[in-house]
Amino acid sequence: MTRHLDRAAVEAALRGVADPEIPMVSVVDLGIVQSIAIAPGPEGDAVTIAITPTFTGCPALDMMRTEIAAAVASLGAASVEVRVVLDPPWSSDRIAPAAREAMRAIGLAPPPPATRFTADPTLSLTLAAPDEPPTACPFCGSMDTVTDNPFGSTLCRSVHYCNGCRQPFEAFKAL
Amino acid sequence: MTTTTPFDLASAPAEARAALDAYVLALADDALLQGHRDSEWTGLGPILEEDIAFSSMAQDEIGHALVWYTLRAEHLGAPTPDEQAFRRDAAGWRNARLVELPRGDYATSLIRRTLFDIAKAIQYDALRHSAWPPLAVAAGKLRQEKKYHLLHNQAYVRRLGTSGADSHDRLQSALDALFPAALGLFEPTTGEAALTALGVVAPSAALSAVWLGAVRELLAQSGLSAPIATVAPDVGGRRGEHTDDLGAMLDAMQSLHRSDPEATW
Repeated sequence: MTRHLDRAAVEAALRGVADPEIPMVSVVDLGIVQSIAIAPGPEGDAVTIAITPTFTGCPALDMMRTEIAAAVASLGAASVEVRVVLDPPWSSDRIAPAAREAMRAIGLAPPPPATRFTADPTLSLTLAAPDEPPTACPFCGSMDTVTDNPFGSTLCRSVHYCNGCRQPFEAFKAL
Repeated sequence: MTTTTPFDLASAPAEARAALDAYVLALADDALLQGHRDSEWTGLGPILEEDIAFSSMAQDEIGHALVWYTLRAEHLGAPTPDEQAFRRDAAGWRNARLVELPRGDYATSLIRRTLFDIAKAIQYDALRHSAWPPLAVAAGKLRQEKKYHLLHNQAYVRRLGTSGADSHDRLQSALDALFPAALGLFEPTTGEAALTALGVVAPSAALSAVWLGAVRELLAQSGLSAPIATVAPDVGGRRGEHTDDLGAMLDAMQSLHRSDPEATW
């Protein structure tokens, strides 16, 4: 007798898979799961999951792909395919509110809204502006912060300094 | 570039298909070699922040190359991305010469990065409107990631260009040396005209004009000047005519893969 999966069960399994570089955030809350398709068949369900990279150079993508396939296979799916797609492109605006709180709790500032850049059709804004607006300090909430480096310990993090509580901190980049 | 009707690869004439393949290969090769050159700063950056910045931009660029090589493999009959990157001799590469030149000093690498990123941001921005949907999708994604490169490069060029004679002169020397090869980024690939007529890509000449305007604006803010009146573009890369630097670079980049192509990691 074959066992049929429902979408909620698959999604619950995906909530157990984390980004290895931000282990407190699941791939679902990170917003990289693009779609879940379940096709019932005589041998069981064929599950196809489409994921999309945060940054295309992210080295954690392959690992997440493998772990997603293993998590769904363990539910009893007959087959699991994890596809990588780019449409629509990932945006940091997709990160769930709970994940933003989890980031702040470990001193990683969640990303400010990404719309300021993505809505600019000609990039003129970036060419004219030397710096981003300040990112709120995850420790004291001050907006009196400066960007030390738009690149940090991983592709998705930048490095900042808070003049309010005099602490350096990392932020998840807006994209 | 104005999109008219969607470009259908399956029913396209062979020449258009070959032209598209040449165009995507140039995108891929530009990205991989720029990324590889920047990765040469890993562990050697003049300050820790710049070591991290150049290593991160290298990682981004190699990711962008993978997107383009994958597009060729999935739609245009090319072999796997690894085969394209690691089992091709110099004459098969279609990158602009700019990205094969040695990394030079930090000023050279910063200026090359700056000229390259402005060019790619403008090119990807235009390709978002391509009549071939897979190209439009990939360009839209990669365009967003250029944001942090632009912020980084321009902040450093402004700062170093205006903060003293030594740093100013080093940037200006690098600009004078690299400008011909940077203009070579806009050398059309084989058959480009057929693709522009179909709305699949933007004309390189039009992108070049936008790039020149943006570069001039940045240089004016940085106390630097563009040597445009005096130079002819250094071209040939899009036809597979390269400097000896590319051969040496490929020897280093490909040696590990070629020593054991079947190895898994």
